[in-house]
Amino acid sequence: MNEQSLQEPARKAYRAMVMARAFDTKISALYKAGKIFGGVFLGRGHEAVAAAEGVFLRKGYDVYTPFIREQAGRCAWGDSVLESARSYFGSMQGISRGRDGNIHWGHPHEGTLMPISHLGAMASVVAGLMLAKRMQGITDAVGVVCIGDGTTSVGALHEAANLIAVEKLPIVIVVTNNQYAYSTPNANEFACKSLADRGRGYGMTTHECDGTDFLQTLATMQRAISAARAGEGPQWVVAETLRMCGHGEHDDASYIPAELRAAYADRDPLAVARRQMLEKGWMSEEEADAWEEECRDEVQRSVAQAQKEPTPRPQDEQWVATSWRPER
Amino acid sequence: MSVTYIDAIHAALEELLQEDASVILYGEDIAGSFGGAFKATKGLADKFPGRVLNAPIAEDAIVGLGMGAALGGLKPIVEMQFADFGTLGQNQMCNNAAAHFYRTGIPVNLTMRMPCGGTPGGGPYHSQCLEAVFAHYPGVHVFTPATVADAYYMLKEAVRIPDPVVFMEHKFLYRWLKADSWLEADPLPIGRARIARPGKHATVVAFSAMVPEALRAAEELAASSGYELEVVDLRTVKPLDTDTILASVARTARLLVVSEDFPWGGVAAEVIARVATEGMHLLDAPPLRVTAPDTPIPAHPDLWKAHRPGYENIMAAARYLISL
Repeated sequence: MNEQSLQEPARKAYRAMVMARAFDTKISALYKAGKIFGGVFLGRGHEAVAAAEGVFLRKGYDVYTPFIREQAGRCAWGDSVLESARSYFGSMQGISRGRDGNIHWGHPHEGTLMPISHLGAMASVVAGLMLAKRMQGITDAVGVVCIGDGTTSVGALHEAANLIAVEKLPIVIVVTNNQYAYSTPNANEFACKSLADRGRGYGMTTHECDGTDFLQTLATMQRAISAARAGEGPQWVVAETLRMCGHGEHDDASYIPAELRAAYADRDPLAVARRQMLEKGWMSEEEADAWEEECRDEVQRSVAQAQKEPTPRPQDEQWVATSWRPER
Repeated sequence: MSVTYIDAIHAALEELLQEDASVILYGEDIAGSFGGAFKATKGLADKFPGRVLNAPIAEDAIVGLGMGAALGGLKPIVEMQFADFGTLGQNQMCNNAAAHFYRTGIPVNLTMRMPCGGTPGGGPYHSQCLEAVFAHYPGVHVFTPATVADAYYMLKEAVRIPDPVVFMEHKFLYRWLKADSWLEADPLPIGRARIARPGKHATVVAFSAMVPEALRAAEELAASSGYELEVVDLRTVKPLDTDTILASVARTARLLVVSEDFPWGGVAAEVIARVATEGMHLLDAPPLRVTAPDTPIPAHPDLWKAHRPGYENIMAAARYLISL
């Protein structure tokens, strides 16, 4: 694929990253002000990987299973930050109407799944969706499963990855190795040299990239997603980055050594992307500034709207967990 | 002609595949000429190409795949080779599929077949009854058929109902329980318990393989002592038909609950809790239960027979209950 073919996806992905950063910044501030129930999980350091996932997918046709740091991917896929805000505030306009919250939201009929907190659990669910599509005669749809380094240790992920490979399903498993699973460093999490070894072990085609290098990440994800779409079987992508925030906003990440932070000091994916876009001439300074302003405004409007929307009324809750009930 | 409980399950699976193109079967060893560890799917892979699929040994992923296929518009029936291994699929069933409707308003039309219960020599890991641990979670229905006709009818209903259903099919009943036909003129709707035998001296609530044991106990007790036990077959432990149980207790004033499962937090405890909280005034004696002891299920047939509740235990408990 020639580099020029990346220009439009790159513009869309960059704008999604700007939007995600604006949203994360706002939600973090609201968390610190005590305005959010439950945890807040940011995508700092993950934006390039996430945006590169979402930008090559077709909403309503493909399947996308964001992990907790995929706000930029959600934006690139085409979901508005209003939906994310609704989840954080428990709006009755959101999918879970306060019954779940924070990053647990998706629109299953549009192709985003509702994640559960048990890591690795969604991979086999995506396998089922892709199997259903295959049986319905759809062979050019792709499913993207987003996981982190920690999830590669989970049994459910292993079961699913093996099954996906056995069934040759058009699925891309993206492992964003941000060096820490909560506070646990890679050294305590796995003993193989590279997490790509795991993908090879399953019999998948593997790809590796520097997840802080925007253009490299885009090109890698484009290759992986195109290959899966073209029927070349499951793909395993490992993107290296650093989680440039706490696990959640309750966590100061003081366990990340200063040297490691310093090594990533000039590798903020958003700053790298801006520099690369300007160098390529794929975006002007004026555009970049305008996008930042637009995104901040949209985040502001969306958060204000979500905060105004009705929240669940306990007195209206029916406390019923099944759609079917016996006749009495 | 005589048919068995497993014949009824096979027939239901075949008809489901025939009647609805969105039905698929997924599980370990179910395809090819093998047709499953208990032959419940024998011949179906040939008859319905591409819709009866072998899975790797991965119970978590099998149930997860089933959930995804259901969200994708199919009506998957996944098989755990033994219910005991259902613990490995439990996270997907209980935390993912079962919670989905409450969290999103979108039900997951997934049926999980669980060959359960003890057989001689089965041992600790091929014998368990896990209805209680699945029923513990919100969002799931748990079916426990005790007759050939219910094995057929309730499996078909499990797929018709849009929510996750755990279908506990008892391995001891597979080839032991026989009937003239699996078809019943007017089956009771799902969610209604059945008066399997009317009686007046005590109510015995049972389900799954304990229903034939309770019926035998009732016959022998009637013959030897003239006491008439009323046997209630729960059919589904979730939903639990408290109304039918309370109506029976209102007639007999005595309650004995029988479960093959371990005692702790089981279905027997739940039934007694409901009768105690909603119908204490109906009881002339404390409610009793007969369950397995609180140990793993032993392998040796002599030990297993002593571990598993049978008609003799039920008779003894009933005699004691009536004497109170």
